[in-house]
Amino acid sequence: MGISPVLWEFLTKWLTTSPVWPREASTIAPWADALFIFLWLMTLFGVVLVGALVFTFAVRYRKERHPVAVQIEGSTLLEATWTIIPLGIFLFIFVWGAWLYFRIYNPPADAMQVYVVGKQWMWKAEHPGGQHEINALHVPIGRPVQLTMISQDVFHSYSIPAFRVKREVIPGRYSTVWFNATEPGVYHLFCTQYCGTLHSGMIGEITAMRPEDYEKWTKLSTSGMSLAQNGERLFASMGCNSCHSGNAAAAGPNLAGVYGSKIKMDDGSEQLATDGWLRDTILNPSQHVPLGYKPIMPTYQGQISEEGLIDLVEYIKQLKTNYRIQQTLNTAKAEDVVQPTPDQKVTP
Amino acid sequence: MSTIVSLPDQTTAALPKRTYINNEHGILSWLLTADHKRIAMLYLVSITFFFFIGGFFAGMVRLELLTPAGDLMAADTYNKMFTMHGIVMIFLFLVPSVPATLGNFLIPIMIGAKDLAFPKINLLSWYLYMAGGIFVLTTLVLGGVDTGWTFTTPLSTHYLNTHVVTTATAIFIAGFSSIFTGLNFIVTIHRMRAPGMTWFRLPLFVWSNYAASVLMVLGTPVLAIAIVLVALERTIGIGVFDPTKGGDPLLFQHLFWFYSHPAVYIMILPGFGVISEVISTFSRKRVFGYTAVAFSSVAIAVFGFFVWAHHMFIMGVSNYSALVFSLLTMLVAVPSAIKIFNWSFTMQKGSITFETPMLYAFGFIGLFTIGGLTGVFLGALGMDVMLTETYFVVAHFHFVMVGGMLMAFLAGIHFWWPKLTGRMYPESVSKLAAIITFVGFILTFFPQFVVGYLGMPRRYHAYPPEFQVLNVLSTAGATVLGVGYMLPLLYLAWSLKYGAIAGNNPWQATGLEWQIQSPPLTENFIETPIVDHEAYDYEWLERTKERELQHVG
Repeated sequence: MGISPVLWEFLTKWLTTSPVWPREASTIAPWADALFIFLWLMTLFGVVLVGALVFTFAVRYRKERHPVAVQIEGSTLLEATWTIIPLGIFLFIFVWGAWLYFRIYNPPADAMQVYVVGKQWMWKAEHPGGQHEINALHVPIGRPVQLTMISQDVFHSYSIPAFRVKREVIPGRYSTVWFNATEPGVYHLFCTQYCGTLHSGMIGEITAMRPEDYEKWTKLSTSGMSLAQNGERLFASMGCNSCHSGNAAAAGPNLAGVYGSKIKMDDGSEQLATDGWLRDTILNPSQHVPLGYKPIMPTYQGQISEEGLIDLVEYIKQLKTNYRIQQTLNTAKAEDVVQPTPDQKVTP
Repeated sequence: MSTIVSLPDQTTAALPKRTYINNEHGILSWLLTADHKRIAMLYLVSITFFFFIGGFFAGMVRLELLTPAGDLMAADTYNKMFTMHGIVMIFLFLVPSVPATLGNFLIPIMIGAKDLAFPKINLLSWYLYMAGGIFVLTTLVLGGVDTGWTFTTPLSTHYLNTHVVTTATAIFIAGFSSIFTGLNFIVTIHRMRAPGMTWFRLPLFVWSNYAASVLMVLGTPVLAIAIVLVALERTIGIGVFDPTKGGDPLLFQHLFWFYSHPAVYIMILPGFGVISEVISTFSRKRVFGYTAVAFSSVAIAVFGFFVWAHHMFIMGVSNYSALVFSLLTMLVAVPSAIKIFNWSFTMQKGSITFETPMLYAFGFIGLFTIGGLTGVFLGALGMDVMLTETYFVVAHFHFVMVGGMLMAFLAGIHFWWPKLTGRMYPESVSKLAAIITFVGFILTFFPQFVVGYLGMPRRYHAYPPEFQVLNVLSTAGATVLGVGYMLPLLYLAWSLKYGAIAGNNPWQATGLEWQIQSPPLTENFIETPIVDHEAYDYEWLERTKERELQHVG
């Protein structure tokens, strides 16, 4: 009498390799797990209660024991009880869930920024320091990290189960998520929104590291150009600097220190300069004309990749003075005299 | 204040000479019929056919997931499998399941009418359904579609080369079938009730189908709009959902879920109606708190329209609108809880027997309780972030739709089989099938709650190896479940010829449908019934029987 080898392998595999609970590796994970456990206790209570009622009635009032049914109209008191008690429980869960949601989606102000671009079927992460990763993300533990994400094509979703966070990555707009990793380790990254053929291949690894290891990693893996530096180049090569020069007479508004401020618009409204707003002004400038300026900026829709837009946004975010813009312009003018190039002639 | 009811002696029952089945002969008499009962049977055959097609796709999905690597079929093929499974099961099985078969057959009889208000529109509904079905089959033959049943833009509009427009046409057409059915039911229930059949004497099955009909009529057009926009965006690029043209991809999500969330109530509400009838009949007792159960159906239909954005909590809707939708989602859970407790207390002090429909109803109560409460997990904002788009969601809606709705459908089919066909199903094998279905179901879908919390995303062709054991359990369960669904197909077909003759009222139930012959006459009633009692009035039934005995004696 032996056990079937297939079954044996299955059983040993079950006992040794099969987790039933995901690892808790972020500050939010224990809070999510607490609610999850509470919800299962509620479910267990509900199922046991209903099960006990049905079972007891089925046994006590089965026809053999209780041949004559007693007709009962109902009971307002009982019905009120099982309306109000579940309602109370559900409202309590609503409050708890809402509290958790606001915790998950409201990042702390000092969070470290990483940009993520999703495309069929890969995840590209860009650190402000110029580290670029594909299907991977290195983060330090003990420090809040905020991801600003956008999709280049279809809906994707950035999910890190060990951190209990997830957010849809949408074409045409930035979405954000943040976490604070607690345990060093390598965790799954999944795309959870169905995105076409290789949806299940759009996965990766999140590596949470001790701060000192993370420092080492940043130094070793930088491309040498920070995102803002890339952005500065793009700013010059697209000719943005000719209008956004910071001069009082310039055709475009001064961009230094604009990030995070409220801007008075042509139509009388006030708009807050966020990451998403900056991106949108580059693509749809006619929707965002500041007070006192003419709607002359052309759209850059289709001319800059999402990565390029991130570089520009990161550059404008960090722009504090127009000193370097002026310098670039002066250098360009000096070069103009020596060696005019066609595209510089166009710039007024 | 008490009733003694015993099952009649079926040995003396004989099949009536003239019934709706043998009234006319020939295939045309079925295809051109305006009789609601015949149309119901046409629907029953067609949805059963599509159920097994959808079931085949589910089987292929489970088979692929037996191993972590994507080794059975290519990724594209797998994507088509789960897409076709969803589309066939939702639009061609779950939405029409109870309303178009049992509802079509029973609603006119339950309210004492000869037919639905618009018999020819009823037939048109079936033809539209079949046209939708044929478009789906065409899609299959041409090579399938891989959008997922949710048609998420811009994936469905710009990034796939499969037969999206053909499938969209299928759903568009099938949608009108359900609009017409809903319209027909609403008008029938308003205008065709027999004398004395007041709103609060209606069986709860009619109430719940009425609520579902309102949802069909108000919700389905929005789906039609969303589908047409997808087709237009795909063919001529109108740009409603395309951000580079100033469109908004989230708009599609709003439109789609504005129908597709109420759609789950379209699917489950008629099932609630079946369970009310079955529990009452086999407890020989009126439904506990009739009014509460009736109004909870209406409450679900009303609240059901205002919770759609709970499918979008992680999609960047504003945190405050998420709050509102989460709160409303919690409120919509309450009427379902009321129903569960009212059904349980219907059994209290009853005189309970355990025929197959009752077993299915028990299965329904257990699985729907789990399915409903796990919905609360997903309605809780912070929890939804972790759970949405994982296997937890898959498990949740299969508990509601398969554990709930399919159990209710099978309960109803067994319960009314004697009325539909005039013959009994075989009792012991059907009890076995009910138990197999229940066990298979738990084994299939319970592990998915666990693997979902581990983070396994839905619609994955391949997955990390540490999730394998739970997936093996799930696939094993699906095999058992498959057996559980094949059995009724076989023994119900067998019973058409060999089943015991049922007689008018084998369950001693109180509904008007049980007071006429089985199978009924084409015109249902010889003379219009006059209703002088409430629904589930077992004392009235008792008195009527005594009177009949005296007449005969």
